Amino acid sequence: MSHLPQTHKKEPLVRIVKRDAVSAKKAWGIRIIGLLCALVVCAVLIFALTKLNPISVYTSMFRGAFGTARRSWQTIRDAMMLLCVSLGLAPAFMMRFWNIGAEGQILVGGVATAGCMIYLGDKMPTPLLFVVMFAASILAGALWGFVPAFFKAKFGTNETLFTLMMNYIAIQLTSYFVALWEKPFGSNTVGIINDRTNAGWFRPLFGQQYGWNVVIVLLITIGMYFYLRHSKQGYEIQVVGESENTARYAGINVRRVIMRTMIISGSICGLSGFIAVAGAGHTISVSTAGGRGFTAIIVAWLSKFNPFVMIIFSFLLAFLDKGAAEIASKFNLNDHVSSILKGIILFFVLGSEFFITYKLIFRKSEKEIAAKEEK
Amino acid sequence: MSNEYKSAIRMEGVTKTFGSVIANQNINLDIRYGEVLSLLGENGSGKTTLMNMLSGIYFPDAGQIYVNDEPVMIRSPKDAFDLKIGMIHQHFKLVDVFTAAENIVLGLNEGKRYDKKEVARRVREICAKYGFDIDPEQKVYSMSVSQKQTLEIVKVLYRGADILILDEPTAVLTLQEIEKLFSVIRNMRADGKSVVIITHKLNEVLAVSDRVAILRHGEYIATVDTKDATELSLTEMMVGKKVELDIARDDIADKKLRLAVKDLTVVNGDGITVLDHISFDAFSGEILGVAGISGCGQKELLESIAGLQKTAEGASVVFSDPESGEEKQLIGTNPKKIRELGVHLSFVPEDRLGMGLVGSMGMTENMMLKNYSDGKSLFLDRKQSKALAERILTELEVVTPGINTPVRRLSGGNVQKVLVGREIAAAPTVLMTAYAVRGLDINTSYTIYNLLNEQKKSGVAVIYVGEDLDVLLQLCDRIMVLCGGKITGIVDGRTATKEQVGALMVKSH
Repeated sequence: MSHLPQTHKKEPLVRIVKRDAVSAKKAWGIRIIGLLCALVVCAVLIFALTKLNPISVYTSMFRGAFGTARRSWQTIRDAMMLLCVSLGLAPAFMMRFWNIGAEGQILVGGVATAGCMIYLGDKMPTPLLFVVMFAASILAGALWGFVPAFFKAKFGTNETLFTLMMNYIAIQLTSYFVALWEKPFGSNTVGIINDRTNAGWFRPLFGQQYGWNVVIVLLITIGMYFYLRHSKQGYEIQVVGESENTARYAGINVRRVIMRTMIISGSICGLSGFIAVAGAGHTISVSTAGGRGFTAIIVAWLSKFNPFVMIIFSFLLAFLDKGAAEIASKFNLNDHVSSILKGIILFFVLGSEFFITYKLIFRKSEKEIAAKEEK
Repeated sequence: MSNEYKSAIRMEGVTKTFGSVIANQNINLDIRYGEVLSLLGENGSGKTTLMNMLSGIYFPDAGQIYVNDEPVMIRSPKDAFDLKIGMIHQHFKLVDVFTAAENIVLGLNEGKRYDKKEVARRVREICAKYGFDIDPEQKVYSMSVSQKQTLEIVKVLYRGADILILDEPTAVLTLQEIEKLFSVIRNMRADGKSVVIITHKLNEVLAVSDRVAILRHGEYIATVDTKDATELSLTEMMVGKKVELDIARDDIADKKLRLAVKDLTVVNGDGITVLDHISFDAFSGEILGVAGISGCGQKELLESIAGLQKTAEGASVVFSDPESGEEKQLIGTNPKKIRELGVHLSFVPEDRLGMGLVGSMGMTENMMLKNYSDGKSLFLDRKQSKALAERILTELEVVTPGINTPVRRLSGGNVQKVLVGREIAAAPTVLMTAYAVRGLDINTSYTIYNLLNEQKKSGVAVIYVGEDLDVLLQLCDRIMVLCGGKITGIVDGRTATKEQVGALMVKSH
């Protein structure tokens, strides 16, 4: 035999090994450690870049999000919006249908709501108006979800590209309606709709302006939990997501499930457009969705499609947004610094999921090995 | 060049664990140049894991590996190649759109530009030396399974491997192809190479190897010379207790027509006729075997009956209801409609986790895969499924951390127990199984044979698609042979011989 190359390689320094199933307690422990690490890294960065005291930066972040009752409610409002979109995305992603079209589905829902407010605002009794707005936003969102699902089911088109393209149609459509409903003339915005009559605005509930937002979204949360975990349709979604062959074998009509699920997904995203317009902004513009359609994907996956866990991650992201905006204005930093902080924190939160699934094994030092051998 | 007792690899005290599962415990193994070593063991006995540590895929938790009597650290597949160790995995690692030659040099990084002619020349040289037959310019997607395997072997030889590890190389081959593979292996041995074959098939161990190393439940049992071993002695070492090698076969009790298949033709997406006017009957209380080289239409046959396959015009599958005597046409239906017709049809498909079960779900949720929609409620009823899962867990001795552990995490044999358990629990009148014991160890295989025999006794019409002729001949009452989508013969399982069936399997039209 030919001579072999001499190998004096050492054991690898770090090895990645898959863990057994981790208890929920330990998993949350890992996540909290991840968050703390993120805060430490951010602190070092803040100090290095701006020479500011990290503690005071964190304090003002917190104040930005929860400093006053008004701010707290704004954070809650934003978290509820994000949560609503995430709930809409959950069934689609659970079915492994890559719905990245939530942005468009929110917009068309918002446009439908705004249209109802503008044309019907003074022609209908309030309860009926809300029913119409509610239904219109759901229908618009459902249509936006159904179209790519139909083509996927019938012709096997790629839903990622399709839903993405639907976003652009929705954006252009919104621009069109903004121009149509422009007020005052030449401003290129719709302005506050029904600012005198407040027709089609959410009324305060329990004395809180955003009370209805919270109630509606929490009801959807509970409903979605039972739908996904305990209903027959939720079971079908899981089976289709795992393997279409298994679904066919089980007698599930795969096409129907794809279309039905995307109608539900689009409806809820459309509904969040309704909440955004009637319950928060009272206006419509191409930035009404504001990237939530994409941020919600992170929320849905991080929560592993558990609606109750989504509440936590929605709040985390809404908090980061508010806090980042506050430090940007208070310390006169430019927006990018706060975006960096947001990025670092998200990186660590996502990274902790890695450590929940895997663990690292380090090479033992020679001393340790010697000590072990002596025993 | 080689002397018979020159050690190629020595493993000492090698241990590997995955979480709480011990895959290999304190293994000592010795591999020599110029010999064929069989690594024998049941499913989940740790054969592949052990060899993966030699090929650099896993790193041992403890123990030491020596190559040519020198201690080595194998940290990556590249280290393994540097040590001239090459492994041919059970699932081929080839790029479909590349040619054979491109796959061979892929990742090799020889430092200069890719010289097509030179590579082709060296490939042909290797082929000529050992008796392989591949075309360096052929694209992988147009290759048969056996050609792909040949390519994998040539690939490691091209990289200069002296120690070859083959993981279950015969699982996907026909009898003739296996013979060819064995002659190549013998040529490599004559050339002084060291060949390790991972297998659980005893006849192959005896046919090709010089020594046999036996693993059981992750532990090393012994290494014996093949010439001193018999099927029985190896089985005893492999399973730890004596197992009866005979499969029971009762006489048919109550034979009644249950399924009448007529003119079943299936044309696949590429326009190829995969089933060509198939007609046969299946009776209650009988096991009908289906033999044939894989890919001769077995899959399409079962899926057509199960309502999962589009069939050509004129096909007919009539089910005779044992209770009402009614005749029911199954063509043009789907699994849901078949259930609604009141036909208790159970089907154990070939692709267990890709079709029969949902890998990410636990046993409980897999139990309700076919009947989850029963009843009017919008919500799932988990109680019954849970009870069924617990019953199957104890009756079939399924090894799992819990009934809610995703079935994907179970070993192959346990996955099959879950699937077969569910299908039998549905009280079928027709039971179809495709390669029900493929990749299963002897004990689990016998569990399955016994279950099938019980079903036969209780009057079920069983259709058993198999690949092992010995088993087909011992288990089945009749054997239908498929070749190229046509029936080449239906023989009596009690009187037919292996040669007779083998000839029908390759009969030309």
